Amino acid sequence: MHLASVDPQLADLSNKLIYSAMAVYMLAMFAHLFEWTFGSKGAVAVRSAEQASLAETVAAADDTAKGVRKVTVKVASADGGTTTLTRTALADAGATVVTSGRGDGDATDGPGAAGTSEKGDLAGRIAVSLTVLGALMHAGGVLTRGLSVMRWPWGNMYEFSCAFALMMVTAYLGLLATRKNVRWLGLPVVIAALLTLGIAVSVLYTSSEQLVPALHSYWLGIHVSTAIMCGGAFYAAFVATVLYLGKDAYERRLAAGTPGRFGSVWHRLPAAATLDKLSYRINALVFPLWTFTIIAGAIWAEAAWGKYWEWDPKETWSFITWVAYACYLHARATAGWRGRKAAYLALLAFACWLFNYYGVNIFVTGKHSYAGI
Amino acid sequence: MSDTRTSPDTADAERLSTAPEEAEAPVVGIGVLGWARWTWRQLTSMRVALILLFLLSLAAIPGSLIPQTSQNAFKVQQWQATHKGITPLYEKLQLFDVYSSVWFSAIYILLFLSLAGCIVPRTWQFVGVLRAEPPAAPRNLTRMPVYAAWHTDADAKAVNSAAYRLLKKRGFRSELAGGAVAAEKGYLREVGNLLFHFSLFALLAGFAWASLASGQGGKLVIEGQGYSNTTTQLDDFTGSAFYTTDDLDAFGFKLDGFTARYQAGGDQAGSAREFTAHIRYWVGDDATKLKSSTIQVNQPLEIGGSKVFLIGHGYAPVVTVRNAANEIVYRGPTPFLPQDSNLTSTGVVKVNDYGTDPKGNRTQLGFSGYFLPTAPESFEKTGPVSLFPGAADPMLVLTAYAGDLRSDNGLPQNVYQLDTKAMTQLQQDGTIARARLKVGQGWTLPDGYGSITFDGYQQWASFSVSHRPGNAVALTGAVCAILGLIGSLFVQRRRIWVRATPGPDGRTLVEVAGLARSESAKTAEELAELAVELQDDAPALDEADASADPSTSTDQDSKE
Ligand code: HEM
Repeated sequence: MHLASVDPQLADLSNKLIYSAMAVYMLAMFAHLFEWTFGSKGAVAVRSAEQASLAETVAAADDTAKGVRKVTVKVASADGGTTTLTRTALADAGATVVTSGRGDGDATDGPGAAGTSEKGDLAGRIAVSLTVLGALMHAGGVLTRGLSVMRWPWGNMYEFSCAFALMMVTAYLGLLATRKNVRWLGLPVVIAALLTLGIAVSVLYTSSEQLVPALHSYWLGIHVSTAIMCGGAFYAAFVATVLYLGKDAYERRLAAGTPGRFGSVWHRLPAAATLDKLSYRINALVFPLWTFTIIAGAIWAEAAWGKYWEWDPKETWSFITWVAYACYLHARATAGWRGRKAAYLALLAFACWLFNYYGVNIFVTGKHSYAGI
Repeated sequence: MSDTRTSPDTADAERLSTAPEEAEAPVVGIGVLGWARWTWRQLTSMRVALILLFLLSLAAIPGSLIPQTSQNAFKVQQWQATHKGITPLYEKLQLFDVYSSVWFSAIYILLFLSLAGCIVPRTWQFVGVLRAEPPAAPRNLTRMPVYAAWHTDADAKAVNSAAYRLLKKRGFRSELAGGAVAAEKGYLREVGNLLFHFSLFALLAGFAWASLASGQGGKLVIEGQGYSNTTTQLDDFTGSAFYTTDDLDAFGFKLDGFTARYQAGGDQAGSAREFTAHIRYWVGDDATKLKSSTIQVNQPLEIGGSKVFLIGHGYAPVVTVRNAANEIVYRGPTPFLPQDSNLTSTGVVKVNDYGTDPKGNRTQLGFSGYFLPTAPESFEKTGPVSLFPGAADPMLVLTAYAGDLRSDNGLPQNVYQLDTKAMTQLQQDGTIARARLKVGQGWTLPDGYGSITFDGYQQWASFSVSHRPGNAVALTGAVCAILGLIGSLFVQRRRIWVRATPGPDGRTLVEVAGLARSESAKTAEELAELAVELQDDAPALDEADASADPSTSTDQDSKE
């Protein structure tokens, strides 16, 4: 590691790839905007189409041949409604088909950004393809940056931001790849990636160089990588939380008979309960990883400075963030705080995370200040 | 959606956790014991735990914004000097020692008390749960959050025992009694949750042990010099109740050399790239058996129960001072302290044994100034600051004082500062005499005080020697905390009941119901899977004729 120098060609290629990725994300953003715009046209037709498809599945499930086993499970939901889940198994093949429908009293998930508009759907597909292309370039940019100096490409805030933005996009594409219905996340994710990269290249840019001695440690690969993953996931949960608050307000307005402006946008998003669950799941999933990140950081601090915990501002804010998320999980698990109250706690916790990232690095000096702007 | 209980069975769901029931307000007039009990109940209630958690994160904030003595006492002094008005208030509020302050300690001690009060009863309760059979099926299964039912021709008893077998196979703790199967799974959630909360105690114990039995000292060593781990040699030492200067581990080392490399060009020019201290060390009392090694920023050296960390480095200009009689009265390296990232360093040279001045009076000499590892062409624009941390073009900038250094009056003195109260600054042509020396150059002092030559420089490195037990306890606690969390967050504890009852019409009604802590689609799916499997033994009858859902008929059954 000591004799490694900088490969200027690779470093240059990395910069070009990052800029290209930004351009492609920009196009993806426009495509998503078209998707939302076209989608608003067909929104009226949605309800009936949905009901029709539900009816079809139910009919299909009813129209069963002999030897088919079928069970319909009633599920009571928190707000008093019930949903049903039907599982059908063919006796011979052993294959099961699961269909689920929802009964009265529970809001349904919206059809997604494109609504029922075919044009919108096309725009959405183009947006996703562009996002994949952008992510590939982005990944190439991060990779060549690392290769140009033969080390982990997250030694300063510029590199950290690039990796963090890549993590967000990858997490989103990963969800899409597992056939989760999350294309509606595309627009906020692409915008956030653009913003993060924009700040990175304009304010935080530093050229590709070797690391300061304080970062010569394999803990950089462990501690910082997991911190980046946590950041990406916390961000996704944050988007879901914000949309939940919006959708929940919309559902209330709808119940009161005044859908308000942007009703068509809110309508197309998943149901508030779905969004709420999504944000909880992500936060709960990331919490142990965040715990691990802090512990790994403490172990590294012990190796570098002699004490595993010194209440350095970065450590302090990581701790604050951790306690804030613990507060949120507690509130949900034990105090029965679902919905809005818990959502506000989640937003607060994310604000702590953001401050820990930008605020502490820029405004507060401590031992982490070599994170270097 | 709020915390109102919507489903009548949420109360049942709540009981799936062994979380204690929330206490209500006390009856008035219950005496001291009653109040004590009430306070304890409040303290261990979930609401107070939440408030304490929230307070803890809030209380941690000021310490990240106000300089802390434990981290940088020097910065605290600077801050206090510029905020004179508010300093006394801050001191009273212990804002310079937030993390050892009374109020911060109070919050976490209360939190841990609350935790103990919560976790110990929960553990007993959980042991009770493990001993007992899974709770018997409620009379009315339709009220459960997840429910399915169908009619079959199969015999009720056979269906029940088939269900029992199936649930066993799926890893449920099952019990067949009273014409129904009761089954429960996912105890690992509770185990994980208890493990997590207990490990928080282990973490705290690790912290406590560390702060009671650890010690840390600092030492600055110049290239070519040595250090042995004793009180007299340490520059500073902070011990604790069970680790004092008498307990210092026996070892020592010699600093043979120090390598510093810096980025030469580009927009990060001057950034450090490598710091390595090359040392030879010994353990015990025998200082002749030396082993060579290196210490780097992330690679402390573990010697005989202590760890030696590389903390800082800088330059020590080597000067020779001659007195009025041209005798050498001082020679050697003197460490200067870096002030910026380009290692512009300040320091003083104290010549205690100067002898007599040209007039024959006993006097002492002091020099104060800068060492610039890479000096600028001229100081006009920048002043005396270094352009680069590496010693490319070193320069020593000095002014001189004659008089009494006041180092003999017994008070501890800062070796990096001159006490000029009893000294006069040497003048030349009516202005302060000043010299800028490059390596090899000398300066003839005004008024016949002799001379000083700048012979060269050496590097120094500062080390922190730290003895910290308790790390293993804290680490074990941390690992258990993560494992516990994973269990607690990702395992679902749920109950499933199956009841097959012979009906008056000769058909058997099969009911399956499930209950989980949180409404999760998984429970419904698991139940559906189980039900489909169960239909091997209890094939569903065609319900086409009966518009009534089988569950409705049960409702009537139970209303009788
Ligand atoms: C020291 C600070 C504490 C931290 C960091 C903490 C953290 C957590 C976390 C992250 C969870 C979520 C796990 C889950 O959802 O199951 C949790 C659950 C829980 N905690 Fe704590 N906790 C603390 C103190 C307490 C205290 C003081 C109490 C009791 C008064 C308590 C009782 C519980 C209970 C009952 C659960 C839920 C168990 C369940 O879901 O079945 N905790 N805690």
